[in-house]
Amino acid sequence: MSHATTDTMRQYWELEPHHHPEGASTSLGFWVYLMSDCLMFAVLFAVYGVLGTSFAAGPGPKDLFDLELVAVNTAMLLLSSITFGFAMLAMGKGDQRGTLRWLAVTLFFGLCFLAIELYEFHHLIHIGAGPQRSGFLSAFFTLVGTHGLHVTFGSIWLVTLMVQITRTGLIPANQRRMVCLSMFWHFLDVIWIGVFTFVYLLGMI
Amino acid sequence: MATFSNETTFLLGRLNWDAIPKEPIVWATFVVVAIGGIAALAALTKYRLWGWLWREWFTSVDHKKIGIMYIVLALIMFVRGFADAIMMRLQQVWAFGGSEGYLNSHHYDQIFTAHGVIMIFFVAMPFITGLMNYVVPLQIGARDVSFPFLNNFSFWMTVGGAVITMASLFLGEFAQTGWLAFPPLSGIGYSPWVGVDYYIWGLQVAGVGTTLSGINLLVTILKMRAPGMTMMRMPIFTWTSFCANILIVASFPVLTMTLILLTLDRYVGTNFFTNDLGGNPMMYINLIWIWGHPEVYILILPLFGVFSEVTSTFSGKRLFGYSSMVYATVCITVLSYLVWLHHFFTMGSGASVNSFFGITTMIISIPTGAKLFNWLFTMYRGRIRYELPMMWTIAFMLTFVIGGMTGVLLAVPPADFVLHNSLFLIAHFHNVIIGGVLFGLFAAINFWWPKAFGFKLDVFWGKVSFWFWVVGFWAAFMPLYILGLMGVTRRLRVFDDPDLRIWFAIAAFGAVLIACGIAAMFVQFGVSILRRDRPEYRDVSGDPWDGRTLEWATSSPPPAYNFAFNPISHGLDTWWEMKQQGATRPTGGYMPIHMPKNTGTGVILAALATVCGMALVWYVWWLAALSFLGIIAVSIAHTFNYNRDYYIPVSEIEATEDARTRQLAQGV
Repeated sequence: MSHATTDTMRQYWELEPHHHPEGASTSLGFWVYLMSDCLMFAVLFAVYGVLGTSFAAGPGPKDLFDLELVAVNTAMLLLSSITFGFAMLAMGKGDQRGTLRWLAVTLFFGLCFLAIELYEFHHLIHIGAGPQRSGFLSAFFTLVGTHGLHVTFGSIWLVTLMVQITRTGLIPANQRRMVCLSMFWHFLDVIWIGVFTFVYLLGMI
Repeated sequence: MATFSNETTFLLGRLNWDAIPKEPIVWATFVVVAIGGIAALAALTKYRLWGWLWREWFTSVDHKKIGIMYIVLALIMFVRGFADAIMMRLQQVWAFGGSEGYLNSHHYDQIFTAHGVIMIFFVAMPFITGLMNYVVPLQIGARDVSFPFLNNFSFWMTVGGAVITMASLFLGEFAQTGWLAFPPLSGIGYSPWVGVDYYIWGLQVAGVGTTLSGINLLVTILKMRAPGMTMMRMPIFTWTSFCANILIVASFPVLTMTLILLTLDRYVGTNFFTNDLGGNPMMYINLIWIWGHPEVYILILPLFGVFSEVTSTFSGKRLFGYSSMVYATVCITVLSYLVWLHHFFTMGSGASVNSFFGITTMIISIPTGAKLFNWLFTMYRGRIRYELPMMWTIAFMLTFVIGGMTGVLLAVPPADFVLHNSLFLIAHFHNVIIGGVLFGLFAAINFWWPKAFGFKLDVFWGKVSFWFWVVGFWAAFMPLYILGLMGVTRRLRVFDDPDLRIWFAIAAFGAVLIACGIAAMFVQFGVSILRRDRPEYRDVSGDPWDGRTLEWATSSPPPAYNFAFNPISHGLDTWWEMKQQGATRPTGGYMPIHMPKNTGTGVILAALATVCGMALVWYVWWLAALSFLGIIAVSIAHTFNYNRDYYIPVSEIEATEDARTRQLAQGV
C-alpha cells in the first residue's frame, strides 16, 4: 500500500483505538426525559389555570387550604433536597457510608412529605371536597397527586439504589444513577415550588 | 347497537359473553385472521424458528433489526387500516336512495375511528420510527443508538399498543368517537362501554414507546456522531429526524397527560372535560391539538429528509441550499407549535385569535416552499436517474403542492367556517399525508431496501405499484374536494341526494386502484426476495445508487457493528468525498468492538404493560394491579444486572471484513 493511500485512509477512518466513555449519553438522556416530564406538569399547570376558579358552587382554596400545614410540607421536601445534596457530596469523597446515611435521611423527609400530603388529601375527601366535586378540585388533586406519585416513585428508586450501593459500592454505574436520581429529586423540588406558589399561595390571596 | 352491560364481577371485570361481537363481517374477519395466525404459528413451529426469532430478532438491541421490525409492524397494520378505508368507501357508495348500506352505525363509527387511529399511530409512526432507527445511526457513523435496550423496549411497547387496538375488533368494541376522541362524546355518559377505553390504553402503551424512542434518537444524534461531523455537516435526513424527535419529545407528553385526564374523567369521575361541575370540553380540544399539530410535522419532516437524500443522489449533485434546508426545517419545527388552533377556528375564539393562527399557518408554507425550490434546483442541470425512489419523489412534489395549497385555503378562517369538517378537509389531509408521508416512505423503502437486505427491489412491479398508487390516489381524493365544496361533511354513513353518488363511485374506484397498488407492492417484495441471488438484484458494493452519505460506506446489509473503524467527516456528503479522494477502506489492524448484549426484558415489560392495559379496559382490577406490580418488579430486577455489554472479538471482525473484501473484489 502506498504512503499516500494510507494517509487518505487515516484521514477518513479512525485507525487508533478510541475510548468511548461508557454511559456518556446518560445524563443528557435523563435531562431530555426530565424536560418531557416537565411538559406533563406544564399541561397540569395549564389545566389548573383554566379550571382553577371553576368551583361549581363548591369550596374554593380559602375554604380548604391550611397554609401552615403546606409550609411544613414544603420544608420537608426542601430539606430532602439539601440532604440529597449532602449525599452527592459524600459520594464525591468516595464515602459510601456517608452517602447511604444521607440517602436514608432524604428518604425520611420524602416519606414525611408524602405522609402529610396523604393526610391533606384524606382530610379534603373526608369533608366532601374530593376530586369529583368540581373542575377546580379535579385539577388540584391531579396536579398535586401527580407530583406526589413522582415522589413515591423517586422513593422506590432511592431504596433500590441504596440496596445497589450496599451490594456493589460506589461503582461508576451507581454513581451515574445517583446523578440521575438527584436530578429527578431536585426537579420535583422545582415543580413543588411552582405548585406551592401558584396553587397554595396565589389561591389564598 | 351492540348490547352490553357494565356489571362487573371480581374475576373478569365487565368481560362477559356480550363482549363477543354479533356481526357476521367481524366473524368472517376473525375466521380469516385466526386461520392465518394459526398457519403462521404452525409454520414457525414446524421450521423451528421460534428460538431463532427470539434470539436474533425479538430480544435484539441492534438498531437495524429493531428498525426492520418497526416497519414490519407498520406494514401489517397498514393492511388493517386500508381494509377499514375500503369498507368506508364501499359503504358510502352503497348507502344511497334509502339504502342503509351494509354497515350499521355502531360498526361504521368504529371503522372510521379505527382507520384514523391505526393509520397515524400504528402505521405512519412505526414506519418513520423504524426508518429513523435504521438509517440515522448509519448516517452519523455510529454503531448503535445511545440506549439500545430502551430502543428494544420502545418497539415492544408500540407492538403492545397495536395488540390492544387490534383486540378491540374481536372482543368488545372500538371507540366510535373519531380518531381524537373529543369529549363529551368520549366521556363516560355518551361512550359508556369499552370502546374509548381501548382507544386510551392502546395509545398510552404505544405512547410510552414513542416518547422513549424520541428521547433515544435525539440523544443519539447529539452524542454519537462520527468525529468531525458537526451539526452543519449532518446528512439532511439526520437533520429532519433530529427535528422530528424534538417534536416527539416536546409533544407526546401533552398527549399522554391529556389522555390521563380523560381517563380520570371516565374512571374516577373527575370533571376536566365534562359539561357540568366546572369541566371544560374545549380544553381537551385545545390540548389534544397542541400535540396533534406538531404530530403531523413529526410525520412529514423525516420524509422531507428522504426526498432531499433521494433528489441529490439521483441527480448526482450535492443538495442545493443545504443550510437553507436546515433552517427551513428548524423554522417548521418552531412554527408547528404556533398553529394548533386552526383545527377549530369554528370554536369561536374571536377574530383576533383566529387571525393570529390563520397567519402563522400560512407562514409555514414559506419554509415548505423553500424546500420545494431547493429540490427543484438540485435537479436543475443534474444528471437525473429515474429510479423508483426518484419517481416517488416526483410524484410527491406534484401531489404535495396541491395538498399544501388547499391547506393554505383552509388556513383562511372565513373559508374554514365553510369547509370545516367537510370532505374538503378530508381530501386535504389525505393529499398531504398520502402524497407526502406515504409516497416518501415508498421512496425510502425502494432507496434503502438494498442497504438493509443486500439486494434491490424489482423495478417492474415497483412501477406497477407506483402507477396504481398515484393514479388511484388522484381518483380517490379529488372527488372528495368536490364533494366538500358541495357541502358534504365527514363521517356520514348514508346519503339522500342522488347527485352525490357519482363522486363517491369515482372515489371508490380510486380506492380499488390503490388496493391494486398495495398488492403490487407486496408482489414486488415477494418477487425481489425470490430473485435476490440474481446478479442484477444483488448489491455487492454496499453502494448501489452511487450514494453520498455514510450508510453507503459499509456493506449491504451492514455487519452488527456497522463500521469496523469509525469514519471521520470533513464536510457534507462524507462518503461522496471519500470516493472522490479514493479513501480506501482499512482491511487490517482491527480492534475488538464494544457492543450491548441482547435482552428479553423489553419484551417482558411490554407484555406486562399490554396485559395491564387490557385489564384496565375491562375493569379487571386485580389483574391490572398485579401486572403493574410486575412491571415495577421486572424494571427493578433489570437494574440489578450490570453486565450488559460484550466485546466482538477481532477474529470475528476479521472474518466479516475479509468476506466483504472478497465480495468487493468480485463486484469490480
